[in-house]
Amino acid sequence: MVSKLSTHERAGKPGTPASNLLHLLRDPVANGCHPPPVRGASFPQQTFLLLERFNNAAKRKIHSLQEFFVLGGKSIGFAFSRPFYGGDLVQQMEAIGVQSMAIVLLTGFFTGMVLALQSAIALKTFGATLYIGRLVAGSMIRELGPVLAGLMVAGRVGSGIAAQLGSMRVTEQIDALNTLGTDPIRKLATPRVLAALIMLPTLTVINDFAGILGGSVIAAAYVGIPTSVYWGTVWDQIASGGFIFKYIPIDFVHGLVKPFVFGGIIALTATHFGLKTTGGTEGVGVATTRTVVTASILILVIDYFITQLLISILGS
Amino acid sequence: MTDRPLPGDRSERPLEDRRPLRTDGSPPPDAPGIPIRRPGDDLRVRAAIRRELEGDVAAHHGDGGLDDANRDTVQQGVMALENIYLAFDEPILEDVSFSADEGDTIAVAGESGTGKSTILKLLLRLLVPERGRVFIDNEEITELSFNDALKVRQKMGMVFQSAALFDSMTVYENIAYPLREHTDLSEDQIVERVREKLSFVDLEPDRVIDQMPSELSGGMRKRVGIARGMANNPKIMLYDEPTSGLDPLTTATITHLIMKLQRELGVTSVVVTHDIRSAFRMASKIAVLAERKIAFFGTPEEMAGSDDKYLRDFLGGF
Repeated sequence: MVSKLSTHERAGKPGTPASNLLHLLRDPVANGCHPPPVRGASFPQQTFLLLERFNNAAKRKIHSLQEFFVLGGKSIGFAFSRPFYGGDLVQQMEAIGVQSMAIVLLTGFFTGMVLALQSAIALKTFGATLYIGRLVAGSMIRELGPVLAGLMVAGRVGSGIAAQLGSMRVTEQIDALNTLGTDPIRKLATPRVLAALIMLPTLTVINDFAGILGGSVIAAAYVGIPTSVYWGTVWDQIASGGFIFKYIPIDFVHGLVKPFVFGGIIALTATHFGLKTTGGTEGVGVATTRTVVTASILILVIDYFITQLLISILGS
Repeated sequence: MTDRPLPGDRSERPLEDRRPLRTDGSPPPDAPGIPIRRPGDDLRVRAAIRRELEGDVAAHHGDGGLDDANRDTVQQGVMALENIYLAFDEPILEDVSFSADEGDTIAVAGESGTGKSTILKLLLRLLVPERGRVFIDNEEITELSFNDALKVRQKMGMVFQSAALFDSMTVYENIAYPLREHTDLSEDQIVERVREKLSFVDLEPDRVIDQMPSELSGGMRKRVGIARGMANNPKIMLYDEPTSGLDPLTTATITHLIMKLQRELGVTSVVVTHDIRSAFRMASKIAVLAERKIAFFGTPEEMAGSDDKYLRDFLGGF
């Protein structure tokens, strides 16, 4: 059946979501569902074909998810068996960690500065500007440090890994590795995942420190709080969260567990999309975009669940 | 047209009567005659050619049909595909069989999209057929685990259409890669081997050894690809479109190299190619794929002498 409605008319059909779905099932063509499953098919047939299409799409998603977890399992598993590509691991630690240092320092420093500035305005109302250090440290160590470092690394490193592996896929270099008797996951994914697991917590610590330092500059220059007082309140904040095993501040546990997980998410997402790239150079672009979007969303969503989990385990 | 199966249509014949193709090319003493060819009936003619070749095998072994057990002894060899059926969403290969003896150079030709490169992936066990078996060096590789397949791949060298050199490594590191991965050679021995292979492919080691792949011309990249493929001294070399995108002179150089590998080192080669001129120069046998099946398998002379319309069209002006 061919609709005589214009695209705008199709899009502007009034009705509730339920009635819209009914419209779609009754007349998928008229409701902008392109292309129709089979032209001239009866309503039950079209409904069946439409459901089959949803079914296939769901299967593809689940299969992709399964591949993601298999990749994760193998990447970690290969770290405990020979051959181990130590040189590649060091190279990736340099690429992921050392080369990301500048942007992490920069973003951390300015985030700390803006946090101090904003909290100074708010705290001034209550005459509590002395607590700027507590606010900046609490925010940076527990949340902003890990999340910001994660997002920056997802953008810089995740896209790089996906583009590199995607290019290797479309230029047959992954197939070449296979034919030369090397498991591409062992050679390419394991070093990247391990490097990200090690380097992201390190970058986060640097990010936290840069942020607190940025806060201290604003606290001293804009609000007039002595540096020693500022750093004293920073320590108060860390100590107020409590300790596990007597000496390890709970704030540090929050701040280091998260980047460890984020590192795994970034490297696995990038290797997953990179290794399954298809469609030439255009496919490489798609893989890169998907990596950054997926990794960023996963970081923000999983951050909530890790926080919830850590609070329920460690308290506060 | 009747509903009767076409002569040589293996899919319609009982399993015990399905025989592998003959590879030695000798004439059959009691082979069944070629059925009457109807003008324009390409399928029928191609099936007849295949049947003729199958008849050769039967005659060679002195029986009318081989059972599954002794069929293995025929198929096994340096390399063999047996009744391969492969499909993704739709069939890619149907009932494809051919084998190579030691030192053979098999050219696999056919139109684009007929599954030529898929055959190389099957031989490398990057793909597993839904039905049929693949043999490499007397060993069936169809059911091997992933790790065992990695070991079997070390017996083969592969040259890719795009050369597929690792672009983050120098020429030296590219060729040394399989040696570092799978041998205990010292670095001095590896250097020596790399230089030897570069000289074999007519490249000056001193000039190219430290260059990056991006600094090389297309022909040089292909030659480095061949050097990397043969670094481990494999028994079988596989080439995917080795001459595509090259100028006539470089094409001739690469063809000469493939022949040199066969002549001097006795390597068995499978060459997937569009370039029928090169195929005729280098191949001891040519397999033509059409409509997912082997339309022809025989010597270049047999192919040139064939009056099959499809083959004539395929050969074009050559």
